[in-house]
Amino acid sequence: MNLAFTFSPRVEDTARDAVTLDIDGLERLFGPPPALAERIVRLASEAGLRAAIGVASNPDAAVCAARGLGGIAVIPAGQEARLLAALPVSLLFASSADSRQASADLEETLRLWGIRTLGELAALPEAALSARIGQEGPRLQKLARGAGCRPLMAFSPVPGFEHSLELEYPVALLEALVFVLSRLLHELWAGLEARALATDELRLRLTIETEMRSAECGVRSEESLHSAFRIPHSAFQTDERTFRLPFPLRDHRAGLKLMQLELEQRPPKGAVTALWLAAHPVEPRVLQDGLFIPLAPAPDKLEVLLARIANLVGQENVGSAELLDTRRPGAFRMKKFTIGSAFQVPGSRLRPRKVANGLGTWNLEPEAFAVRSATTLLAFRAFRPPLAAQVQARQGRPERITARGVKGNVVSLAGAWRTSGDWWKSDGWDRDEWDVALSDGALYRIYCDRATRAWFVEGSYD
Amino acid sequence: MGPASLKTELQSALSARFGSYLNFQEKPAPELLFTGIPEVDAVAGGLPRGCLTEIFGPPSSGRTSLLDSILAAATAAGEICALVDAGDSFDPETAAAAGVSLEQLLWVRCGARPASALKATDLLLQGGGFGMVVLDLGDIPPQQARRIPLTSWFRFRRGVEHKLTCLVAMEQEPCAKSCASLVLEMRRQRECWSGAAGCSQLLDGAIVQAARRKPAGRYLTTKAQRHQESFLVSSCLGGSTRTA
Repeated sequence: MNLAFTFSPRVEDTARDAVTLDIDGLERLFGPPPALAERIVRLASEAGLRAAIGVASNPDAAVCAARGLGGIAVIPAGQEARLLAALPVSLLFASSADSRQASADLEETLRLWGIRTLGELAALPEAALSARIGQEGPRLQKLARGAGCRPLMAFSPVPGFEHSLELEYPVALLEALVFVLSRLLHELWAGLEARALATDELRLRLTIETEMRSAECGVRSEESLHSAFRIPHSAFQTDERTFRLPFPLRDHRAGLKLMQLELEQRPPKGAVTALWLAAHPVEPRVLQDGLFIPLAPAPDKLEVLLARIANLVGQENVGSAELLDTRRPGAFRMKKFTIGSAFQVPGSRLRPRKVANGLGTWNLEPEAFAVRSATTLLAFRAFRPPLAAQVQARQGRPERITARGVKGNVVSLAGAWRTSGDWWKSDGWDRDEWDVALSDGALYRIYCDRATRAWFVEGSYD
Repeated sequence: MGPASLKTELQSALSARFGSYLNFQEKPAPELLFTGIPEVDAVAGGLPRGCLTEIFGPPSSGRTSLLDSILAAATAAGEICALVDAGDSFDPETAAAAGVSLEQLLWVRCGARPASALKATDLLLQGGGFGMVVLDLGDIPPQQARRIPLTSWFRFRRGVEHKLTCLVAMEQEPCAKSCASLVLEMRRQRECWSGAAGCSQLLDGAIVQAARRKPAGRYLTTKAQRHQESFLVSSCLGGSTRTA
């Protein structure tokens, strides 16, 4: 079917061994019907298939010609009856949609009548045939004359593309697994491309063979045998992974790379014996780039890049920060970085934003950056986790601080600011914060946890 | 006779003998990315794209404030930026308050692993498409930062060359040597407090200096900038978000 769809969008799944294509209008693309047929045969042989092609003015005649004549048979319009006459009548029942028993009965009846070829069936009187075997008689006679007039029942693909493969022996090496995966993915992509589709989700299911000792798997009868010869028992488990893509992907190599990086990051827990791969088909992304759109990474390259970096520093350490709606100091979470949410057309950046600084809050046009006041917000660098500190204090005010990499006398300070929250939870906070300038010249934010009376350096102003 | 007229005269004299072999094409001036702080832009002329810029200085010298301002200007222009945070010290709250669009900022937290930071930066540069890539080594001790091989900096310079990406490295001491096209030194002068000491004092901000330590070359346009070795700029950084 995939092969047929590469030539024509209208394909009928006629039978298990037959596919019918509507080639009307394809001459300009592939040349005359014999050239098209030769091309189909060549591609089929490359895919390991032996194909016989029949070209006729209607689907049934084409199927009969392909089955009966073999090779490449092109029947000109109007000569169907003459060219099909010598073919056996059993061809009409090979792809019959009727029940097998009814077809077998009709075939037996015609055999008893001495009808062996399509030409003999076509020569029978139509009224007498109808009187003896009903409406099926004239229909079969029309087919025998090559005068069928049924429309092509175009095949509409079932949503969901799946491929699976059972391996002859378990694969434990990642490189070999990726090689096998590449083949599956290639077939999957061929199917998607043939239908001009892309995918936004890939699902991979691995059947993993895990070795278990006899006692672990509960086998009692063979326990002595396995313990004596140290034969491990095999157990199978499945490992399913889902790759959700923020955009429809059409690049086979990008998909393979994403899977490879994921498998490198979380390798299977045993040798793989079978693979199942499925893609969710979606319409491909249609994008018109503009001359004035700012620079941005290509989405498919960005996905692979993020996977590579996640492989390097960990999945939870890559993304964009999202501030949480809480007063907890330093509260944020990492979320997946996507261009779609980040990217805005240039016009949208004219929207005023509110930027707070030490002098208050005002609307700020981004374009005004170059001409606005030099007053800039003092940035903060956080120590994660906060540094445990030894603080010498007098009357509750810190005078000397010692922590890892931080040491000095307090020159000037501001505080304390008491903050607390989430006291009804186990991870609530209650602390006194200070801004301090140390003798080394740096500015730090320190705090004292009121529950434990422990001091910490939270970060530095920079 | 100025050097420019001497050059022209020499070229015209030699071109009669050697023809078009001397008509080399000058390297075009790189595009500039403005920092968002006019005083710093007046000093540096903006950060050159396709080049490596170093910002160095001790802690609390205003390096991160300058960086946040640059990121805010870049993201406001709709560009996608990346921050490789070797010390995991980026504070998204103050960055967002400074105007950085966090959705347009890819944050790579390396957890005090400079080697991972270098690899991640290399991947980002090779991937391309980012308007700005920042390598934040601000919390890495200078002794450790100096051990970064020079070949890594050469690789970065080569990776960002001929691209519209602006690569910024932030350290306590300059490490990139000749690979950096622009080197800015940040110094702290003094902090600003308001209110009465001991009871209602507030940290208002800090006065910092920015000095250009490496001549930026031909993309600086004004004559005054070309002939000065370094520039001093005082910038008042707005204080923390606390209010009295």
